[in-house]
Amino acid sequence: MKPPRLVSLRGVRPQIARIERRLFLKQGLSLGALSLLSGCTLKDDDAVDRLLFAMSRFNDRVQAALFDPAQLAPTYSEADVTTPFPFNAYYEEKDIPRIDGEDYRLRLSGLVADKRPWSLSELRALPQSSQITRLVCVEGWSAIGKWRGVALRHFLERIGADLTARYVGFKCADKYYSSIDMPSALHPQTLLALDFTDAKYGYPLRLRLPTKLGFKNSKFIGEIFVTNDYPGGYWEDKGYNWFSGS
Amino acid sequence: MVAASGADARKTIHPLFIRVTHWVNAFAIFVMVLSGWRIYNASPPFGFEFPAGFTLGGWLAGALAWHFAAMWLLALNGFAYLAYGLVSGHFRRSFLPISLRGALHDVLVACRGQLDHAPGRYNAAQRLLYIGVILAVIIAILSGLAIWKPVQLQALTALMGGYETARRVHFFAMAAIVAFLIVHIGLAVSVKGMLAPMFTGRAEAPR
Ligand code: HEM
Repeated sequence: MKPPRLVSLRGVRPQIARIERRLFLKQGLSLGALSLLSGCTLKDDDAVDRLLFAMSRFNDRVQAALFDPAQLAPTYSEADVTTPFPFNAYYEEKDIPRIDGEDYRLRLSGLVADKRPWSLSELRALPQSSQITRLVCVEGWSAIGKWRGVALRHFLERIGADLTARYVGFKCADKYYSSIDMPSALHPQTLLALDFTDAKYGYPLRLRLPTKLGFKNSKFIGEIFVTNDYPGGYWEDKGYNWFSGS
Repeated sequence: MVAASGADARKTIHPLFIRVTHWVNAFAIFVMVLSGWRIYNASPPFGFEFPAGFTLGGWLAGALAWHFAAMWLLALNGFAYLAYGLVSGHFRRSFLPISLRGALHDVLVACRGQLDHAPGRYNAAQRLLYIGVILAVIIAILSGLAIWKPVQLQALTALMGGYETARRVHFFAMAAIVAFLIVHIGLAVSVKGMLAPMFTGRAEAPR
């Protein structure tokens, strides 16, 4: 037997990624298949699910085309702010992660030139802006809140992120994760929020973008990464539409 | 439109285009309504929920996937129906003139058990109901867009009274469509000779 020839993985890597992604989707798919059609007597649920997923990807593209980087979300006055602001997560309020702000460091990875971690005081030293906007939840309810922090665009420029990359991903201390498209990341109202009503809404750092549904606004962020490989998300991998633009 | 001649002359009373778009629309509306009920249940603005067994999607993500897939079918098919109806003269021929008094008369007569229904001609009550449900579907689509894209389509959302009001407009448009369907399906299956022509297009020519 001839020894196996050493081949470069370079060429096949995108293929592997594609296969992995397909397997991954497949898992989400069968998970969804069980639940998508429960109560429905359709036998070939796999075909129906594949169609629904294909339509969801199509809707991602439609929403990306519809997204206008210059279109600002409506803003409101202090008097309009919803109190108390609804708490919503995949776990209960008592299970929120408790993070020590002194020790906190924001980690960076992926297509970023300067991967040095950031402390809270360094983040606070950057120019801050605030917004009062409406958060729309995928469940249908909405609430008006106030958030203050660093424009994500400014931060991405500052760390030398590849702004031509496709995705910005977030890994959170509550094991939540999500990702957004680069054009939405660069929108003027997309904030890395440091100040908001209460720690339970994502202390010490959360994402706030009024151009997407609530679940795209990652809380308790521990790491930000920039990538061209579709990163998915906690809810997205379970079947929610990925783009979920407003 | 006389399709055939001879002893058993049968008239095409529903053009093929209308029959196809009608049944595609019926399918799309059923998917939209049943998945919509599941979406409503995720955060009901009114004090009740729809029985889960009467909903489509199994859970919120599934219902949303159905809703955002079927919306394309509903909108494209509805657009084709409207374009055909306006251009071919079908709406003018079948829905006009409309008369409130005539509709009231038809309803009163129907209550006495005499339905004014001849194949190939809609009575005044039907005309009003069909125009009404077409408007309700248009409002459902516009308010749906308003709550789907309250930032990108914010002018439309503002027109609908803002996000929270648009959500309720969307709900009441659905309620109007469902109310129409109760009457519409009830009559379609109970009035003799009404349902079959919507599939075949043909009915015995009125003698
Ligand atoms: C299972 C459900 C349905 C059944 C059995 C049904 C049955 C029928 C029948 C039999 C007619 C012809 C009436 C006649 O000849 O006098 C008709 C016409 C019509 N139906 Fe339905 N229908 C259904 C669902 C729907 C839905 C969901 C809508 C709209 C939301 C709708 C809107 C209409 C309209 C607008 C017409 C008039 C069509 C035209 O001539 O342009 N129907 N339907």
